Amino acid sequence: MGKNFLAENLPETTVCSPAEVRPFYDDFHGDLMEISMGPHHPSTHGVFRMDVTLDGEIVVKLKPVFGYLHRNHEKIAEGNSYFAAIPYTDRLDYLCSLTNNWAYVHAVEKLAGITVPERAEYLRIILGELGRLINHVCLVGFLLNDLGTSFTPLLYSLRERERMLDLVEELTGSRMMCNFFRFGGLRTDISADWLARLKGYLEGLFARYLDEQDALLTGNEILLARTQGVGVLSPELAVRAGITGPMLRASGVNYDIRKVDRYSIYERFNFGIPIGAHGDTYDRYMMRMLEMRESVKIILQAIRTVPAGEHINPNAKNRGLRPKAGESYARIEGPKGELGFYLISDGSAKPYRFRIRPPSLINLTVLEEICIGQTLADTVVILGGVDIVLGEVDR
Amino acid sequence: MSLYDPESILSSIAAAFPEITAATLITNTGSSAQHSLLLDKKHAVAVAVFLRDDINLRLDYCSNVTGVDSLKAGYLEVVYHLYSIEKKSTKPVVLRLRTDGREGDTVQVPSLVPVWRSCELQEREIYDLFGVVFTGHPDLRRLLMWDAFEDYPMRKDYTSPEEK
Repeated sequence: MGKNFLAENLPETTVCSPAEVRPFYDDFHGDLMEISMGPHHPSTHGVFRMDVTLDGEIVVKLKPVFGYLHRNHEKIAEGNSYFAAIPYTDRLDYLCSLTNNWAYVHAVEKLAGITVPERAEYLRIILGELGRLINHVCLVGFLLNDLGTSFTPLLYSLRERERMLDLVEELTGSRMMCNFFRFGGLRTDISADWLARLKGYLEGLFARYLDEQDALLTGNEILLARTQGVGVLSPELAVRAGITGPMLRASGVNYDIRKVDRYSIYERFNFGIPIGAHGDTYDRYMMRMLEMRESVKIILQAIRTVPAGEHINPNAKNRGLRPKAGESYARIEGPKGELGFYLISDGSAKPYRFRIRPPSLINLTVLEEICIGQTLADTVVILGGVDIVLGEVDR
Repeated sequence: MSLYDPESILSSIAAAFPEITAATLITNTGSSAQHSLLLDKKHAVAVAVFLRDDINLRLDYCSNVTGVDSLKAGYLEVVYHLYSIEKKSTKPVVLRLRTDGREGDTVQVPSLVPVWRSCELQEREIYDLFGVVFTGHPDLRRLLMWDAFEDYPMRKDYTSPEEK
């Protein structure tokens, strides 16, 4: 470093006019950083990737990247019989296969004009709401885990999920891949003993879990600070972007397909629909907590009033079903939103077109909008609040 | 006849667009009897805006967008299922758009993303798996397959590389 850098030794041409002199941190401030989050990131709940552009710690752009778990479920189903597609639907949203089964058989029943006996409708509602409980328990646990509450709420939630899965396993033979619904009813009948044990569990340990969770976390200062005002979604945008399920209701839109369509026999039950006010992540968390209490109410009413009778329509054909040519779209209120199936029959034994309307995918339409302006750590929490399962997003 | 029956929607479209035939009824012979309306491509966006904004109909929610390959008839279809969240409609209103053919410039339909934002990812999926080009889509890229992939796997005449 023998050179002399004193000002008087510099050649004249390097001297800048005052207008060109800019503070040195200007360029530094404008630098954006692009981060690829996922696909192997624990907070993405599977193999999902977000290309996040950051200004400091603030998100300015976010592009979701899909397809890492794509196995073209729709194409597989179009090459199989109607009946053979039921076990594949288990693998869509693998946390609540019971509701996936239900949505699919509901669409086929509409397509082929199959009726469902009264008892089977009651049992379907019990299982569908049990599926919702299993899903929401997972969501609450994983959301709090994403917040960094290192395992305690997650383990409490998974403990309850285990208890419910034990019941499901005893009934269906499988913990997650239930394959239990059939066209016109259910695979087997459900014993009074099983129903009594489900009732005992929901009134006892599960009710205690909900109270415990509320006492421990719902009013917790750190939870409030990390979720209130984070990822706010306006009701107008939510409707326009096709958001459904608890995420739509958290934004203050009163829309629940169980109440609107009154499919199955939901009009016979007395239950409420929780509605949020702010559309932020905290409201999304609260929707799930409140919905669980409503689902428990529905199950207990159904167990009390379930009539005797057939568990499946004896005239309904399952194997070798050939619906006459036509099409049908049917939807149910899944735990994550509107789960629909659109089937086109050409009169043969295989569906000509088999389409799934995936709530998880469509709820991600607005992910960029609700993440912009938040910190990188908040995107993890927002994604946890949206509630996605990649088996359904990518199909 | 209810407000959301395809016949009554057809007549309200005809009343709003008197000088053109913007939609034709396609009957569904199946048990569900969900009939659909085939929209003329030229006027599809205007009709969609009318259906969304009409104070009686208010079809503000596009639930489901599906691609269908009609191999024998030689065209691709895009099917939209609409509901009204404001009016709490229970039956879907089904719209169809048809491409002129299955190759090259003929696989174009207008995008309805400017009308219903919920079509964004679903139209991208149809572009990806069926090869329908949506004119006016803000971000038309492949969704599920990788960018270098060339074929359209959901078409009925698709053969996988292993079968070739």
